[in-house]
Amino acid sequence: MAKHKISVTVNGAAREAEVESRLLLVHLIRENFRLTGTHVGCDTSHCGVCTVMLDGQPVKSCTVLAVQADGSKITTVEGLEQGGKLHPVQEGFTEKHALQCGFCTPGMMITCCALLERNKNPSELEIRQAISGNLCRCTGYNNIVKAVQHASEKMR
Amino acid sequence: MNTPPTDSEMYASKANMNAPTTDSKICGMGHSMKRKEDPRFIRGRGNYVDDIQLPGMLYMDIVRSPHAHAKIKSINTERALKIPGVLAVIDGPTLAKYNLHWMPTISSDTQMVLPIDEVMYQAQEVCAVIATERYIAADGADAVEVDYEALPPMMDPHKALAPGAPVLRKDKKDKKDNLAFHWEAGDRADTDRAMAAAEVVVSQNVYLPRIHVASMETCGCVADFNSAEGKLTMYMTTQAPHAVRTVFALVAGHVGLSEEKIRVVSPDIGGGFGGKVPVYPGYVIAVAASVVIGKPIKWIEDRMENLQADSFARDYHMKVELGAKKDGTMTALRIKTVADHGYANASANPSKFPAGLFSICTGSYDLKHAFCEVDAAYTHKPPGGVAYRCSFRVTEAAHAIERITDVLADKLKMDPAALRMKNFIKPEQFPYQSVLGWEYDSGNYPAALRKAMDTIGYESLRKEQQEKRARGELMGIGICSFTEVVGAGPSKNFDILGIKMFDSAEIRVHPTGKAMARFGTKSQGQGHETTYAQIVAQELGIPASDIQVEEGDTDTAPYGLGTYASRSTPTSGAAAALAARKIRAKAKKLAAHLLEVREEDLEWETGKFFVKGAPQKSKTIQELAFAAYTNMPQGLEPGLEATHYYDPPNLTFPFGSYICVVDIDRGTGAVKVRRFVAIDDCGNIINPMIVQGQIHGGLAQGVGPALYEEIGYDEDGNVYGGSFMDYYVPTSMECPSWETGHTVTPSPHHPFGAKGVGESATVGAPPAIANAVVDALKHLGVTHIDIPITPEKVWLLLKEKGAAE
Repeated sequence: MAKHKISVTVNGAAREAEVESRLLLVHLIRENFRLTGTHVGCDTSHCGVCTVMLDGQPVKSCTVLAVQADGSKITTVEGLEQGGKLHPVQEGFTEKHALQCGFCTPGMMITCCALLERNKNPSELEIRQAISGNLCRCTGYNNIVKAVQHASEKMR
Repeated sequence: MNTPPTDSEMYASKANMNAPTTDSKICGMGHSMKRKEDPRFIRGRGNYVDDIQLPGMLYMDIVRSPHAHAKIKSINTERALKIPGVLAVIDGPTLAKYNLHWMPTISSDTQMVLPIDEVMYQAQEVCAVIATERYIAADGADAVEVDYEALPPMMDPHKALAPGAPVLRKDKKDKKDNLAFHWEAGDRADTDRAMAAAEVVVSQNVYLPRIHVASMETCGCVADFNSAEGKLTMYMTTQAPHAVRTVFALVAGHVGLSEEKIRVVSPDIGGGFGGKVPVYPGYVIAVAASVVIGKPIKWIEDRMENLQADSFARDYHMKVELGAKKDGTMTALRIKTVADHGYANASANPSKFPAGLFSICTGSYDLKHAFCEVDAAYTHKPPGGVAYRCSFRVTEAAHAIERITDVLADKLKMDPAALRMKNFIKPEQFPYQSVLGWEYDSGNYPAALRKAMDTIGYESLRKEQQEKRARGELMGIGICSFTEVVGAGPSKNFDILGIKMFDSAEIRVHPTGKAMARFGTKSQGQGHETTYAQIVAQELGIPASDIQVEEGDTDTAPYGLGTYASRSTPTSGAAAALAARKIRAKAKKLAAHLLEVREEDLEWETGKFFVKGAPQKSKTIQELAFAAYTNMPQGLEPGLEATHYYDPPNLTFPFGSYICVVDIDRGTGAVKVRRFVAIDDCGNIINPMIVQGQIHGGLAQGVGPALYEEIGYDEDGNVYGGSFMDYYVPTSMECPSWETGHTVTPSPHHPFGAKGVGESATVGAPPAIANAVVDALKHLGVTHIDIPITPEKVWLLLKEKGAAE
């Protein structure tokens, strides 16, 4: 199978890889780059545990080919903490008990970060709408809403 | 109890604890301590099975049957083996050479690991491809050619149990029917008499469909057999690592896997909810492949495999009958159930309870006559069932009693809250002996329901409903006052495959006063690293932040039966307290030595012993820990550690009252849960934040089955609900903002008065929602709707009643 050389910036670092056309972005991130914070939860892009930021937009990385990401900037959960300081969304998640098993958490937090980048002060409904593509089986979502509100206050 | 209370301190007060008794530095029970597991998870540094990468690791992908029932005519692996990177295809005949093609289920039934000549359910494992890379293994699985001869499937459990039905389990010698088991509880004749004498009898068929836990992480493993050492290390998604180790030793002992050479590691688990209790064929195939090939083998299910082949929950067809006096006093309950177990009875139930703890079906009510029975059928569906976040069929029981209670209220034109209040077991009746054999430990049911009614504003909601009904709007109010039975369980009655259902804790206090605590349970998100540390902190006065909790590695943790059925706090939590109290007893000897007084002259206050009447003369637990290694008295064994195996004297009986409000769209049939108030009572609370989180999550897992989730089959055996395309897990939009609260009625027999709580909401929410929907449609003559109450189901009903828009 043909291989393609691609270059991406992951969490601020330039990375290169030789990949098959069919390689999914999530596997590039998890297996080639060994950034295992991004997870895989379904085959149909419904669950959102694989969500990463691709050039500023949250995407489900199980539904993007690695070659499509060539030349792009990718942010994963590992890139949220900056200089030893947690992102307000990360802080909100632990403060408000917005995670339990932790499996949906990385993708969920990326979606929440993306929301707060486009809307500094979202309403509860806007938060619920924004995270509705990310499934969580543990928390019942209440505390995720509160975590985003916490982050929103911190970021103002 | 396996250790008699020799020291009065061992069994301390179980008084009602409404507030923490330690400061925030110690952070004992009652503090909403932030979770100790969060720092790694919010940084993406969790360690789940699929994150494990071993040198030389190979990947496994499984070929699955498209048929529910078929003869395998041939398996052609030629094309698959030609793909560069495909190393082997393992099929039934391969495993048969080692006698590993069959395995026992947890319920002592048998199931195929891989078939020789016949498949018995859609998505059944047919063979497995081993390759150097994940994608190549998938290519290999695609390239395997299996020639099937489709056979007629048996998809209806009632037909399966009918006389003359073709026998499915032809592998079982002398098996003449499709009855997996019959089980009953109570006095049939007595109940029949009471039912015949009842002034009013209501009867309702209630079906709880097949559903799936759908934890966000699917199942998987890395099987690593080291042929030089003869040792198997099995990293796997399991809620019960020790039990799995023993099962592996029993199943594969004949090929040289001896229990001391098996290490099961359950790393971070992305949700379990019961689905990660069973041993699935994939795990066994991976082990066999690693033994044969000599390399680590990784197998990770995809979501469709997870939903279609892993153990299901429920699938209970119940006929529920309730007898009562005209004034609403319940007199008799009778339930007959046909349970669809699929191809094999692979239930994760205690051995003596093939239908789980279904006999909790008298619920919160003082019923004097009751009888229930379950006939379990084999069909051509995947084997099961597991619990989906409930303690062994308690959800089925709660749904039956709470639904029929509303049917009775409707029949008698009584308010469902008033009917419940009238029939509740009274607070002064505890400990309460139920007619079906349980001893309820403690409860105050009227208080919980009253609190729920006050919180939601029940009376004014009824007014609002009347007004809306007059305007043609559909609004319903639903109540559920459930009682659970959790924390299995006393060794007298509870075992799995003969292993008694105790659980364990081991605490080591280091010389510097910090501690390590290990347990036989395994958290899958419940926050054990935090709550267990708080229990030890409460008992020893060592700050919870100084206590490292570990679970899930059978090489290091003490033996235990694992985490499911809300059993961790009732069993391992109790063990933590009692191990800590053993440590405290030893610390007291050290304190007497250091302070040069007699032990009886000492008193304990959080974190230190002091001399009675001279509080300035004291030794902290940290000083005593140091002394245990540096300055122990002659004759006292050095060190400061203890292990406790806790065999609970009884189960715990958490309860609650839930009330929800639903609005129904007459145009679409969609049900919107507008408000949901949950008042829970799990006795004394270790961490209020975590308990509330458990309730929130359980409520969402109640909304799912109530309104959306179902794994169904057509008559040809094709699954629907087999992917997230059509298995609808509730999102943030379907969940309301939960309103929670609690009452506190401690368990009198638990060392710190706690009960299990992790599953309460999953048990209590579905009947509350179902009751609310029926309540909304009551005036149209609707008395019952089976869950999931999908928009389609409601819309068709509205259309039938001429009420659709």
